[in-house]
Formats: sequence, structure tokens, C-alpha cells
Amino acid sequence: MTKTITETEKAIEILSGNEAIARGAWEAGVKVGTAYPGTPSTEILEELSKYEGVYCEWSTNEKVAMEVAVGASMAGGRAIVCMKHVGLNVAADPFFSSSYIGLEAGLVVVSADDPGMHSSQDEQDNRNYAKFARVPLLEPADSGEAKEFVKAAFEISERFDTPVLLRTTTRTSHSKSLVELEERTETEPVVKLKRNWTKYTMMPQNALARHPLVEQRVRDLAEYAEDCPFNRIEMGDPRVGIITSGVAYAYAREAIPGASFLKLGLTFPLPKRLIASFRSQVEKLYVVEESDPFLEEAVRLLGIKIDGGKELNTLLGEIGPRLIAESFAKAGVPGVNESLLAEVQPPVEGLPNRPPTFCPGCSHRGVFAVLSKLRLFVSGDIGCYTLGALEPFNSVHCSTCMGASISMAHGMAKVLEVGAADTSPADSKADLRNKPVAIIGDSTFFHSGITSLIDVAWNGGKTLNIIVDNSTTAMTGGQETPGMGRTLRGEPAAAVDIPALCKAIGIKRVTTVDPYDLKEVERVLREELAADEPSVVIAKAPCVLEYRIKWAPCRVDSEVCIGCKHCLKAGCMALKLVVNAAGERKVEIDQELCAGCGVCAQLCKYGAIVRPEEAEGGKA
Amino acid sequence: MNARPKIDMLLSGVGGQGVVLASYVLSHVAIAEGYDVKQSEVHGMSQRGGSVTSHFRFGEKVWSPLVSPGTVDILMAFESLEALRYLHWLKPGGLVLYNSVRINPSPVAAGLATYPEDIDGRIKAAWPNVHCVNANSLAAQAGTVKAANVVMLGAVSSYLPFARETWEAVIKKAVPPKSVEVNLKAFQLGVESASVRTECTAVAS
Repeated sequence: MTKTITETEKAIEILSGNEAIARGAWEAGVKVGTAYPGTPSTEILEELSKYEGVYCEWSTNEKVAMEVAVGASMAGGRAIVCMKHVGLNVAADPFFSSSYIGLEAGLVVVSADDPGMHSSQDEQDNRNYAKFARVPLLEPADSGEAKEFVKAAFEISERFDTPVLLRTTTRTSHSKSLVELEERTETEPVVKLKRNWTKYTMMPQNALARHPLVEQRVRDLAEYAEDCPFNRIEMGDPRVGIITSGVAYAYAREAIPGASFLKLGLTFPLPKRLIASFRSQVEKLYVVEESDPFLEEAVRLLGIKIDGGKELNTLLGEIGPRLIAESFAKAGVPGVNESLLAEVQPPVEGLPNRPPTFCPGCSHRGVFAVLSKLRLFVSGDIGCYTLGALEPFNSVHCSTCMGASISMAHGMAKVLEVGAADTSPADSKADLRNKPVAIIGDSTFFHSGITSLIDVAWNGGKTLNIIVDNSTTAMTGGQETPGMGRTLRGEPAAAVDIPALCKAIGIKRVTTVDPYDLKEVERVLREELAADEPSVVIAKAPCVLEYRIKWAPCRVDSEVCIGCKHCLKAGCMALKLVVNAAGERKVEIDQELCAGCGVCAQLCKYGAIVRPEEAEGGKA
Repeated sequence: MNARPKIDMLLSGVGGQGVVLASYVLSHVAIAEGYDVKQSEVHGMSQRGGSVTSHFRFGEKVWSPLVSPGTVDILMAFESLEALRYLHWLKPGGLVLYNSVRINPSPVAAGLATYPEDIDGRIKAAWPNVHCVNANSLAAQAGTVKAANVVMLGAVSSYLPFARETWEAVIKKAVPPKSVEVNLKAFQLGVESASVRTECTAVAS
């Protein structure tokens, strides 16, 4: 799987933005790459790890990833750290400090934002972080720029002694376009640590001395932005001037092809003279950008008049060529691409949705079948198991951010304790539906659930915490975790012993269950809910998708099946309700899709679902 | 040099049907034929049995990686319901090429919704330019149901200005060596389906 350049390799390749970022980092001689997986950023490090000469790791979370990269760059090696937008919230602490201390060798921070929330809990615009942390911001529009900008980011980083934020969106990260490949430029090997404590030790006396340098750096960067080749004027029709950046540039070029463009690649700090010059060359000036009016507000603050900005598109979700074309046409702007204004048929109504769902055979299914049966309040987390919120389980009642399941359940339980003390002896205490249960995956637990669990143990919490351990980071495509005993590059590694860890932090009740055994899951959950102390239940079974697990499929004995639909509570795509020739309702099991896990068979009250014996390839 | 065509396609299907691989093949064929290409898809949550789309555009110069509703030349749907769901993305006169297979969405599997009745009739009633392929049966005929996405590529090849050799060269690289033969056969069956424009009836997966 190691990539090296060969003479036969094509000089032009179609790459996704993420692949192009990896390529650019490698060509720039990067020494260290770190990340925590998160859509739409995941593939950057997966790709980078295939190249030789770069140390890559999945870190336990984004904060750790940032710190490893900061350390590497402080020691003198170029480093890149990659994360999804919300990952930068986790990594914000070291990110802000890294702005003050600067570096010895280039440090590039990649934030892949997700406007439209294809696979995220919010659509925050992380360009704001650049201004907030006073670091330069680069926004590529396509894969070719992604590669070019990463390489330039390392140069800018070293020239101005600053980390650089490279911000993509889902459409730049996951769209593919042509990229010209180049050779790797090797950088100096790092052989010993340099000491410079006034620069790198951020106690107040040193930080006070650094802050003015940071502000001077912003002024220097603004000067650099005036001549930066990534900020360029493309004159067309002088009646219409458009300032834009990132993928919005591609949309705007599509929507108003003949307009004049100020295409910005370096978007913090902004080049005041260049913008003023563009303003003077066009009749009307518009800003086209996705998400926040980040450029628009900055341009207005420079005292430059804008004739149309955010009011012409939206703060919500993605903008696309059509949205831009329609709003510009409505505003009477000349030169709009007519083909984007054609009438659109209304979508066909009343179609069933096709939301994502647990895979056939998924080890989470049994746990959610029981949680749903017991009608428990479930404090959820971020991962495949968040899908337990959907029909037919309806069993995730909150989910906010990585690691929050355990701490939020703890807060709920505490407020109920206070409530119970303030009122007459509550019979609600005996009601299982008033006992919040936390559910968290293994990778998310390592990411930020451990500190929450320590909090529960330390502060006399009494919650039940379920760790659904499928031995992978499943939602993002099956990346390694600290519990798996191997690293990103497949090397053997230490594996966290979750039960031993839980005990070590002070949880006495720790039980491991087979999530495919519904009776046992229910028995254990009932027992732990009755306990007057915190407990952890580990539902442990490997991800069927990642580990390619398939047992012999189950079958329905149609003589026995009465079509009661109880098995459909498994929420499995392999199950199908059909009406036979005699007009009777029966369930059928798709033999291609069924993974043979047997959860539906346990839900059937009539024994109509037949599981093959182990000898026949059935699940034991 | 003659003006080269500029074609916008939307691929729709269900996670696990090979929409991503089909997009890969289309992109590489277009590049090998000397076109500029933009292709866009989304990873992550939607892949777990959810509705999946991929945007594919080629021409002399392509800006946006996204196609827009009402402008698509060819809607290539890998599942019947996912054809009906995205019909309004087609431009007037555009082609809907779809696999007649039915895959139940999770609400249907859970007994909470029903799969639309007479979906082929509804597609034909809603749109004049239709090419339906029994891609799963043709793929099974070629050797494996898994090659249904390559049957679809064969079918769409009739509407695209790419040489047969280019398609075959790219497919050979895109699939595992041992399944090259099956996939080329699947491609051929797809090509043939275009000449007859098979009358389809919905087939359960």
C-alpha cells in the first residue's frame, strides 16, 4: 500500500480534494500527519499514510492530534493536522496557543467544514476561527488548488511564523477534479531539539511579549495578501463584479459566466488595496460565499460598498449554481446563465424516505431492540448508533457532541436527584423511564467519553453507561481505534482494556454482554438499572461491515409466520412484509442481504424465523 | 475542432449498490477521452443503506462540481424509487435510465411505509424519455448480481460519446482481476439493453 512516484505514473490524475491535500502535503516534504477521523476530512490522512517518509497517526481526538502536530513542528518537522469542522472546537485550545508560539517548521491545520450537514450536527463556518486565532486562512476551490494551497501553506507558515488554517467544505473535499502531480521536495531531517523557552512557554510574561508580534503578523500577512497569487482579478463584464472564495467561486462562474471576479484564495487577512481596486473597476459589487457572511462583513469593515451579499443567498445549507443564478436574475443582474433558470418540475410527492439505517447484522441492533422495549431515556453520542434515534427504535433522545452522552446523562440524573429531594418521596424514582442511560461507541469513548466517566465515578453519579464496542470507528469507514491493538499503518500496538480502565477510574460494576443475545442484554440492563451506583455495560461484538462478517442467513417458516410484524421491530432491511397468493401477510427474509445475526428470530414470538445451526454456518 | 458535448449526469441509488464505483469509471473514461471532469459525492452517514447520489459532469471546461435541479441530461438511477425521487432534476427532454430493482427503504422494511405501487408506470407517466434496465437479472446472467452497476454503465454508454475500448480499459483497472471477465460481460449486456430498451417490470431485490 506504500505510494512512491514511478516514472510510469501519470502527471495528471483525477483526485478528490482530500486526496489532493494529502498529495500536496507529501510533495511539500511533510514529516508528520495527524487526525481524528471525521466526515468530510477522513480521507486526507488515510491517503497521506500511504506515502513513504511521513509519520501518520490517528490520534485519540482532535486536541491530541493538534498537539502532536504542534510538537512535531516545534521540533522542526513540517506537520499537518486534519479534522472536520467540529473537531476544531475540540482542538481549539492548542490551536489558539499555537498561534502565539509560532513554530520551527511549517504547521498546517485542515478544517473540512460541512455546509448542508451531510454527516454532521451543525454547519459552523470555521473561517471564523482564522480571524479568532489570528492565523492566515486559505480556501481552495477545487482539487488542483487544494494541492497547490497546501504546499503554499507550508511556505506561508514558515515565512510568517504562524500556523495556517486551510479550510475546505464537503464539496471541495469530496469532489474530484484534475490535479497535476509533482515530485516531493525533501525537507531537512530533524535530529535534535532546540530550546527557546520565551517563544514556546506560554506563561503570562512570555505570552504578553508574543501578542504584539501576533498582531504585527496579521498586518504583515494583509500586506502579503495584496500580491499573493491566490488573490486575483479576472476581469469580464465590468457591470458585474463578484468577490468569492472556495467552491462558491465555481458555482458563481457557472451562474454568471461573463462577470468580473475577484477570486480570493487567502481570505484572512484580506487585501484592502486589491479589493478597493476591484471595486473601482466594476459598476456593482457582489459577494458570493457559502455559510456565514465572512468576506462580506470584512469587506464592509474596510469601508468598501457592496451592492449585494448574504441577502442574495442563504446562511443555511449549501448554495449551488441554481440558487445564485435565480437570486441574481431576480435582482436584475445581467449575464445570468439562462439554462439555470429553466422551470423545474415539482418533485414527486408522497415517496417513502430512505434514511440511513443499521446494516443487516449490525451489533447495535440487539441493544436498541432492548432499549426500545424498555422505553428507556437514552442519552446518545456520535457514531452509527445515533441511528437508534430513528424508527423503529426511537431510542436516542439526545445527541450533541463527541463524548457528551455520559456527562449529559450524569447531569440529568443529578437534577432528578435534586428534584426528588425537593418533592415528596417520588414514585418516579422507580420508573425506568426516568433513569437516563448513556450510550457511546468505543472510538467515541476513547475520544472524549473517558473523562466524562471519570466525572461520574468521582462525583457520586449513579448512571448506567453502555459502551457499544464494535472495535472500529465505524461511521467514518472503519478506522483503527486505541482498543484494536494496531495503528493506522497496521502496526501492532497497545490495546486499551476497557473493563480494566473503567474499574481503574472507580466504576465497580462493569459487565460485558453479547449484544446479539437479547435476553441477556435485557437481564443485565435491568440489573444495572436497579443498582445504586454507576455501572458500565460493554456490548461487545465486531462491526459486521468492517470485519466482513456474514453468517448463514435466517429463513421464515411461512407455515408458522402469522404476519404480526413483531420481527420488523428489528428495523432490518433484509426483512420484507409480503402478501402471498392466498392474500395472507407473511414476512420474507432477503437471503442476499441477511447476515444471519438472529435478532429478528429472537423478536418473533412464534418461532417462525429459523436460524441455521452453527454447523451450517449459522451464528453460534 | 468541433465543439465537444457538455453533459451533466446525476447518479442515484442506495448505499452499497456501487454508485461510487460507477462514478469512478465514468470519470476516468471521460478523462481518458480528453475531457475536463468534475465529480462529487458525499461520504459518511448516508452510506448506511440510505439514499446516495453522485454528480458527474464533463465537457471542454467544467466549473461547478454540482449539477442543478432542472438541468440534468441523464439521470442514472440504480433503483426504481431513487429514479422517481430525482426525476425533477432532469432538464426537459433529458433521459432517465434506471435499474428496475426494488430495494425497500428502512421505513418500508419496518412496516411503517409502503413501497410505491406500479413504480414503472409512474415513472413513464411522469417522464417521456425512459430507458429501463433489469440490471440485476442481467448481472446475474453475466455471473454475479454485484455487477449490476457495470450493466448500468453498459446501458449508459450508448448515450455517451466515449469509445468502447476506453470503457473496457477503465473497467479492467477498476475491478479485481478475477472479476474482469464477468464485468465485461455485464457491460456488454447493458449495451445490448439499450438497443431493445427493455420493457421492465419491477423486480424485488
